[in-house]
Amino acid sequence: MTSVVVFDYGFGNVRSMVRALANLDLDVTLTSDYRQALEADGLVVPGVGAFAACMEGLKQMSGDRVIADRLRAGRPVLGVCVGEQIMFERGLERGHEAAGLGLIGGTVDLLDADVVPHMGWDTVDAAEDSVLMRGVERERFYFVHSYAAMDVRPADLSRLQIDFGDAPERVTWCDYGRSRFVAAYERGPLFATQFHPEKSAEAGAQLLRNWVSTF
Amino acid sequence: MSLAIRVIPCLDVDAGRVVKGVHFENLRDAGDPVELAAEYYRQGADELTFLDVTASSSHRQTMVDVVARTAEQIFIPLTVGGGVRTPEDVDSLLRCGADKVGVNTAAINDPTLISRVADRFGNQVLVLSVDARRERGEQHTQSGFEVTTMGGRKSTGIDAIWWVKRAEELGAGEILLNSMDADGTQQGFDLEMIRAVRKEVNIPIIASGGAGKAADFPPAIEAGADAVLAASIFHYGKVTIGEVKDELRRAGYTVR
Repeated sequence: MTSVVVFDYGFGNVRSMVRALANLDLDVTLTSDYRQALEADGLVVPGVGAFAACMEGLKQMSGDRVIADRLRAGRPVLGVCVGEQIMFERGLERGHEAAGLGLIGGTVDLLDADVVPHMGWDTVDAAEDSVLMRGVERERFYFVHSYAAMDVRPADLSRLQIDFGDAPERVTWCDYGRSRFVAAYERGPLFATQFHPEKSAEAGAQLLRNWVSTF
Repeated sequence: MSLAIRVIPCLDVDAGRVVKGVHFENLRDAGDPVELAAEYYRQGADELTFLDVTASSSHRQTMVDVVARTAEQIFIPLTVGGGVRTPEDVDSLLRCGADKVGVNTAAINDPTLISRVADRFGNQVLVLSVDARRERGEQHTQSGFEVTTMGGRKSTGIDAIWWVKRAEELGAGEILLNSMDADGTQQGFDLEMIRAVRKEVNIPIIASGGAGKAADFPPAIEAGADAVLAASIFHYGKVTIGEVKDELRRAGYTVR
């Protein structure tokens, strides 16, 4: 049975993610155990709340090490919501800057729109050849966030000794208010979504199935 | 291509059963909350809201079970409100499967509850529920709208518009605006109140109170609401989620 670990570091509605994955007949474990998180077929990194607090929490549970070690070995990782944002280099929040994992180049910043948070079901501009979005390119996904990554730039992964080789970067965008931001990111074993697939009904379930199909 | 207007059925729950009364009195039983939630999910509800109307400590575990059983099978956002007094209450509801938590009276008594919850769990989990009505001359408010408690029975003398602004500053992620003047009348949403709140806050507004037919919904969006919530008209099958969405679509709004 395909195994997935949902990384438990105290941030995120982890129960919903566990239930959504279990519904797909996966062997799901909620844990922060390094060995289990490293060895599972897939690792989900959830996250809600503040960027800096999530990063700190993740590091305390050695989540940064698990993620880097998995990616080095080509093992799939899916970051969701703030779990997506911390994959970027930096996060700005209330004027404070915090370092992210630096797996994707770019900065997470406040959305520019009349109504924030961006809350509800929105469409996306799916990346060509996206694996995650296959068959659900035109569906709506559930977003709830005030911050997002507005750009994607090349990241220097040599420092982390991670080499994605010539794996293409696939970026799915979303427009909200005056912002255009990263809704989903895929490169090699690294996957991330700003929206919540576990809260996006059938479309979200299909996206998770698509992710699992890469294992 | 834009964000869809959310249509949210609200299930008032007492001792594990769905109830809905006119003006929060004469509660009538309308079924099992988990069954009803599943039906609304099938109908295309964009979110679900559970309101624990009595929220007594003896019934707290019952509510936790209802939320947990719902979250097992329904993969859309779930908000739970009623009797939330501390960040620990929020934590226990989030742990059993809620995505957002509604806070009302406890935040009026101690506004720092809003910031304490937002700091710990993020502002997106905190829905500030406001039961507001036109002031009735007992205590004057600048905007003419006042905040009530006890399901509209008790005036607080707090200006409702001042309160929603303050709540936004403290970290509320969303406002659930219940018009106590419109609630139970089925004469349409309180458009004047929605406009007054929209002018002052930049967080999403969920309009609540007064829906009687599908045609009542588009004006609430026109007035500035981002989402619409109703209870009894859905429970008694007077209007379906689909009919509300059709009406919104006809009015030119985006729905899922």
